Amino acid sequence: MILTHFLKKGLTWPITLTILIILAIAVAVPFSNLYLDPAHPLHVPNHLVGLFGKYLTYALLALALDLVWGYCGILSLGHGAFFALGGYAMGMYLMRQIGSRGVYGDPVLPDFMVFLNWQELPWFWYGFDQFWFAALMIILVPGGLAFIFGWFAFRSRVTGVYLSIITQAMTYALLLAFFRNDMGFGGNNGLTDFKDILGYDIQASTTRAGLFSASAIALALGVLITAAITGSQFGKLMIAVRDAESRTRFLGYRPEMVKLFAFVVSAIMAGIAGALYVPQVGIINPGEFAPANSIEVVVWTAVGGRGTIIGPIIGALVVNGGKSWFTGAFPEYWLFALGGLFVLVTLLLPKGIVGTVRDGWAKLRPAKQAPIESDTTQKPADQANSQPQAAE
Amino acid sequence: MTDKTNSLLYLDGVSVSFDGFKAINNLSLVLQQGEMRAIIGPNGAGKTTMMDIMTGKTRPDTGDVIFDGEIDLTSHDEADIATMGIGRKFQKPTVFEGHTVEDNIALALAGSRGIMATLFHRRSEAGEGRIRQILDTIRLSHLRGNTAGNLSHGQKQWLEIGMLLAQDPKLLLVDEPVAGMTDSETEATASLLRDIAEDHSVIVVEHDMGFVRELDVKVTCLHEGSVLSEGSLDHVSADPKVIEVYLGR
Repeated sequence: MILTHFLKKGLTWPITLTILIILAIAVAVPFSNLYLDPAHPLHVPNHLVGLFGKYLTYALLALALDLVWGYCGILSLGHGAFFALGGYAMGMYLMRQIGSRGVYGDPVLPDFMVFLNWQELPWFWYGFDQFWFAALMIILVPGGLAFIFGWFAFRSRVTGVYLSIITQAMTYALLLAFFRNDMGFGGNNGLTDFKDILGYDIQASTTRAGLFSASAIALALGVLITAAITGSQFGKLMIAVRDAESRTRFLGYRPEMVKLFAFVVSAIMAGIAGALYVPQVGIINPGEFAPANSIEVVVWTAVGGRGTIIGPIIGALVVNGGKSWFTGAFPEYWLFALGGLFVLVTLLLPKGIVGTVRDGWAKLRPAKQAPIESDTTQKPADQANSQPQAAE
Repeated sequence: MTDKTNSLLYLDGVSVSFDGFKAINNLSLVLQQGEMRAIIGPNGAGKTTMMDIMTGKTRPDTGDVIFDGEIDLTSHDEADIATMGIGRKFQKPTVFEGHTVEDNIALALAGSRGIMATLFHRRSEAGEGRIRQILDTIRLSHLRGNTAGNLSHGQKQWLEIGMLLAQDPKLLLVDEPVAGMTDSETEATASLLRDIAEDHSVIVVEHDMGFVRELDVKVTCLHEGSVLSEGSLDHVSADPKVIEVYLGR
């Protein structure tokens, strides 16, 4: 009852529309891929299903970042770490599914462990042959890391650029750790050569269509939850913490707990995005922890419009669409284009695409503008009226 | 001893130093239940540091800070102290600029501060009535739906006072409420504070002597972190020590 009220509160019409569009895509793209004739103009070829599916997981990652950055003022430059951890948890499950079909044919040990002469499965690989266990870890590992990290950082009142730097250091430390062979996560090569997911062939077009739908549904759920959180009193409190943290403290709130909650929820969303990303691209390696990846997520969110729910989704789709085209056409110049884009957006569209469009829309609607104007003209008059009363 | 248990706020022998500089030096101050007090003093007298100590932002090196006869404020943090009933208005008006006037008050409204409580919060009839009443008191009812960032300086000061009221504290600490206000706004603020003082205890820090005179309450003059003089405004301003501090030596 309370929960349905909570979720309903977030469902404004733009949010409802966004969710419906995403769900429509979740149905339409796989349908067109599987059932339309390849010659049909609306047919979506296999490689595009994989590509768009990847974009959808990026969109969920950007939305997760926006929850902490746009709404709570925590500029995390390490969100790629939570994405990668979710991805590794999924990768470990997929590795265990290979079974004896690996190159070395060991029924339990993944190939890289055989190659490194490991005799038995390390304890932290236990349970990953079960999907439910992997699914639990996809939530618990990124969420747990965010909780521990946030607990110390927010309680010590580390804010602003200092916090950004330590989030960056966190993902870099994980990058170095996962590169090591003796960590037990495949080192440099990471985890790959996946065969099955939940018993379905991971290469089959039906499985890939299913993964696409799952990504779209996860994104729709992410939108629903983010909208419900930001639409609640807690969401207003997050914005209050972003804009005037000490004020909230003197009102009796604990801003460190507000940030911690947002950070953990966001990390879980990022982890789920990573888990859906890995089976679609077929590999997870330590490169996903690279600081540059996390910074790219910030660029997507800034381009789309932070502090909005639709913005980061649009940003992730537009920038990654641009990246796919650009790296095909002028491969050497992509990073320059990305850097230039970030500078231009910061200078010219500080509110991002969605923020700018929304402001422009508001200006174009004189009907909505009128009461605001009359309010401002009323202000001095009302003040003048109120003061004699005040003196009484 | 009776002072300690009967008073609302009791400071005794409080000292705090930053890098060897004694911002507060053996300060003692007693505020009775329901009292309004004005604190004056030149820049650097320790007025803001004193408020920092009362609200848990700064911990004193020595001395007792007792609230409501029994609570030792030095062992609590800002959020605890705020929920125990001390509200604070900053020197620079600090409101949530991105939120509407209404939401600013709603966030300040007394109630549970937990995460789940705020996530699943639904505004009650009583809460709605309280918001309306506070907006009336601070004379911002007509701007209820406006973004706080667009208010004038004086209106922001009032909104912040309104947020304090919404907290329903026993004691309000008000730091320079009329800085940067026009004369008529100053007058309105004085009347607002007098209204508030009818059912709250208030400490007002202010430079503006005209405003302090208008409040017509007991005055404490601070200098170099301790009390220089205390009494009616006439008594304090006639005190040769105060004259010396204010008019130079």
